Amino acid sequence: MTSPAPIADPRETPKPDPAAVPALAIDGVSHSYGPRRALIDVSFNVQPASFTALLGLNGAGKSTLFSLITRLFGIQSGRVGIFGHDVGRSPGEALRLLGVVFQPRTLDLDLSLTQNLLYHAALHGISRREASARSAELLGRIGLSDRAGSKVRDLSGGQMRRLEIARALLHRPRLLLLDEPTVGLDVKARADIISHVRQLVTEQGIGVLWATHLFDEIMAGDDLVVLHQGKVLAQGPMSRVITEAGAQDVNTAFMRLTGAQTMPGGGA
Amino acid sequence: MSSITTRDAPRGFSAAEYMTCLTGIVWREGLRFLHQRERFVSALVRPLVWLFIFAAGFRQVLGISIIPPYETYILYEVYIAPGLMAMIQLFNGMQSSLSMVYDREMGNMRTLLVSPLPRGFLLFCKLLAGTAVSLLQVYAFLLIAWFWDITPPPWGYLTVLPALVLSGLMLGSLGMLISSGIKQLENFAGVMNFVIFPMFFASSALYPLWRVQEGSPYLFYLCAANPFTHAVELIRFALYGQINWISLAVVAACTIVFMIGAILAYDPSRGLARRGPAGGEG
Repeated sequence: MTSPAPIADPRETPKPDPAAVPALAIDGVSHSYGPRRALIDVSFNVQPASFTALLGLNGAGKSTLFSLITRLFGIQSGRVGIFGHDVGRSPGEALRLLGVVFQPRTLDLDLSLTQNLLYHAALHGISRREASARSAELLGRIGLSDRAGSKVRDLSGGQMRRLEIARALLHRPRLLLLDEPTVGLDVKARADIISHVRQLVTEQGIGVLWATHLFDEIMAGDDLVVLHQGKVLAQGPMSRVITEAGAQDVNTAFMRLTGAQTMPGGGA
Repeated sequence: MSSITTRDAPRGFSAAEYMTCLTGIVWREGLRFLHQRERFVSALVRPLVWLFIFAAGFRQVLGISIIPPYETYILYEVYIAPGLMAMIQLFNGMQSSLSMVYDREMGNMRTLLVSPLPRGFLLFCKLLAGTAVSLLQVYAFLLIAWFWDITPPPWGYLTVLPALVLSGLMLGSLGMLISSGIKQLENFAGVMNFVIFPMFFASSALYPLWRVQEGSPYLFYLCAANPFTHAVELIRFALYGQINWISLAVVAACTIVFMIGAILAYDPSRGLARRGPAGGEG
């Protein structure tokens, strides 16, 4: 996590220093639904090969931010860049590098696991043969190879989430967004998914933005962005955010920053 | 693992990638259709009820004179067959958009819209996929109708295909345009009543327009201005290897207008954004 870097013009030649290009750059983004302001001048970066937790209560603006990054909503003010590609101006190049797992389930329940993956691959223009190979490989990695032909409807909640993560990785993105991916899952399934995603960061160098309101999903080395009522209250490495808030742990730091009285769940 | 930090130069999308995307969307729509067998049956039963019961009953009441493209006196069943084909497409177009509303509520529309390909193209693919499904229904209907003595010339089955594609696209984009203005699934029942039935009855599907004119000139103007009338006439002429140029022009123009409208209505800054966030905001 560093201060927001300006989004480079995609027509420029690549800069010699690759570290200068963040995986995700949010730069002065504001968004309103009519008179209600959902996001107010939000700026932060996600670096490649880092795990950034976007921490906020329900209604903080996390889903709005995700909708802006994924181009579902038009950007009203500010800029969003993915590896230097502006989402507003060259969405195709930006979205190609982005994998996303939305909070609501977005699988075709009546289609098989493989069919769901092949459909997603087609949406990214990946040829059928290549898509079949990648699907088989990813299903193996999430331990669902033997279920490849069954309907998604028959999977458990945790298995569906794992499938959604596999699907988000199918086009080999370098930035992965997950919007409260562990909501409604049991302890085991949650732990599996968290360790899987952390593995992606360390082994494949994917930049991850993980939205959550569960403090126990955050680890010491993570970057933190605290979003409250549409504003970024604090950002930086977890230890720094805690120290600056004059607290001992994330939970207390979050309470001090937001002035929240009670925690919504999940102690630190 | 490849290096992940360099910034790629924009490379755009190849024609092959567009084709893969198009076939993928059509393929999925086909799969979903096969999984909804009751939808296929009801899509067939509806026009067949009209054909077997309504047309049989009205055969004696309505006399049809010789009007183009027919060269002889025809049975009433033969007259309404093209109207029923268009009706299949009308219902299918509305149902596809129903599924888009439903998809959006289920989050499936998100999967489609985060594809990196241009959004207008994605929606066009979606429309084409819906039209392909309607073609399956129409040809199944024509097969059954053949046993009911509705026997257009053999090449008519081929010449009607482009007409069906165009009318399917027109009705599909109309449905998409309407669906993007709907917030909830329940509202769609109202649209059925306010769009499907008036469009169907105020058209040349069930009675030739010259008969309508005898009854009420105002209704005649309404029917003549109804795009659905022109979809029916386009199909009717094409089924006999002829082109009704006026209908072709009207249907083509309406397709373009409805499609642009539908795509603009789905534009994030004009459509989704105005409705607010889909699902629970977090």
